[in-house]
Amino acid sequence: MSEEFKIEIINPEKSFLLKEDVTEIIVPAFEGEMGILKDHISIISFLKPGIITINSKSGEDKFYVEDGIVEFKDNNLSLLTSSILNLKELEKSKLQDLLINAEKESNKSEITDQSKYLADQKVDVLKSLN
Amino acid sequence: MASLDDLKKRIASVKSTQKITKAMKMVAAAKLRRAQESAEKGRPYSEKMNNIILNLSSGISDKENAPKLLSGSGNDKVHLCVVMTSDRGLCGGFNSNIIKKAKSYFAKLAEDGKELKIITVGSKGNDQLKRVYGDKIIANISFKESKNANYFDADKVGKMVIEKFGAEEFDVCTIFYNQFKNVITQIPQAQQIIPLNVENLEEDKSEDSYEFEPDEDEILNNLLPKNISTQIFKAMLENSASEQGSRMSAMDNATRNAGEMVDKLTIEYNRSRQAAITKELIEIISGAESL
Repeated sequence: MSEEFKIEIINPEKSFLLKEDVTEIIVPAFEGEMGILKDHISIISFLKPGIITINSKSGEDKFYVEDGIVEFKDNNLSLLTSSILNLKELEKSKLQDLLINAEKESNKSEITDQSKYLADQKVDVLKSLN
Repeated sequence: MASLDDLKKRIASVKSTQKITKAMKMVAAAKLRRAQESAEKGRPYSEKMNNIILNLSSGISDKENAPKLLSGSGNDKVHLCVVMTSDRGLCGGFNSNIIKKAKSYFAKLAEDGKELKIITVGSKGNDQLKRVYGDKIIANISFKESKNANYFDADKVGKMVIEKFGAEEFDVCTIFYNQFKNVITQIPQAQQIIPLNVENLEEDKSEDSYEFEPDEDEILNNLLPKNISTQIFKAMLENSASEQGSRMSAMDNATRNAGEMVDKLTIEYNRSRQAAITKELIEIISGAESL
């Protein structure tokens, strides 16, 4: 029996990625990283800034996301996100820009705890990528 | 009857107008393809979003404490209408169709004694509405700088709506836009986004129990604001495809009309030229005869 399932990553502009031979996906869920294998129970969760790792027959792909929702059902995983970047195509200068923006955001004085937490997460993740 | 010179000038001017409308039609056709593509590509996102929200809201146990964006503020007094139009004219009935739809809705609200607030997106709608509803318009947003509809802009509108809802400035929010069906048909739509009209969403009969992490309420609270932006973005995409489609058919008509007019004017020109020649000939002949 194959251990593969289907994922679809959709951003508002288009269907970003469609893969049918995924063996494992690791997503930065809000309450911690979460690995999903085939036949996982149906789940809905949302994402915090972090790295999505997709393991498939054709190799490993990594993506940086800032937010999103993940739904897993009947071995179909859909991931809705408005900000996703392929790490392979991500240039250093772009990374720096993102980092600067995130730091600015987290240093704002009037900011709710939750957005502060998210901004800090962003900074941490981006720093680790550098 | 106009003189030969006048006719000549008119023919030249109609011809140059025709050239412009023809060029605009070509441009609109090229843009339409892109806009239509992105409208179609954007659909899965909003559909998925709707599905997830439907699954969530049907699973929610405590209806009373459901997030306000879903259940409404409990009142039905102040209506916010987001009227989405284009920034450019010369696109046939595109803008006036939306405005007509919106105005009839406003009239109904006034009849029911509801309070009305308007946000206009796109300068054309603002121009048309401010004469009658000037005092009701609380904001006007225009995205003249951005070339294509993008999610960032939609998010700005969405955040503004949510902020105003949070400040209890309105109870019900409806967006107006043109849904793109095909090049000649665009259907003006009024879609209520706050409170979310769950009954309108397609019924997903599957009895799935999801595991939620964190719990339903928190996910809903996170998801609903995103859904607002998504719906607005969807409306923007549909709108931009509709705008180009509408412009294309309007310009096609204009080009054809200009062509007809050129034909008519040319016939008139030829006739009067011929008449002038005949007149001169008669004059010469009668002059020769009298000698």
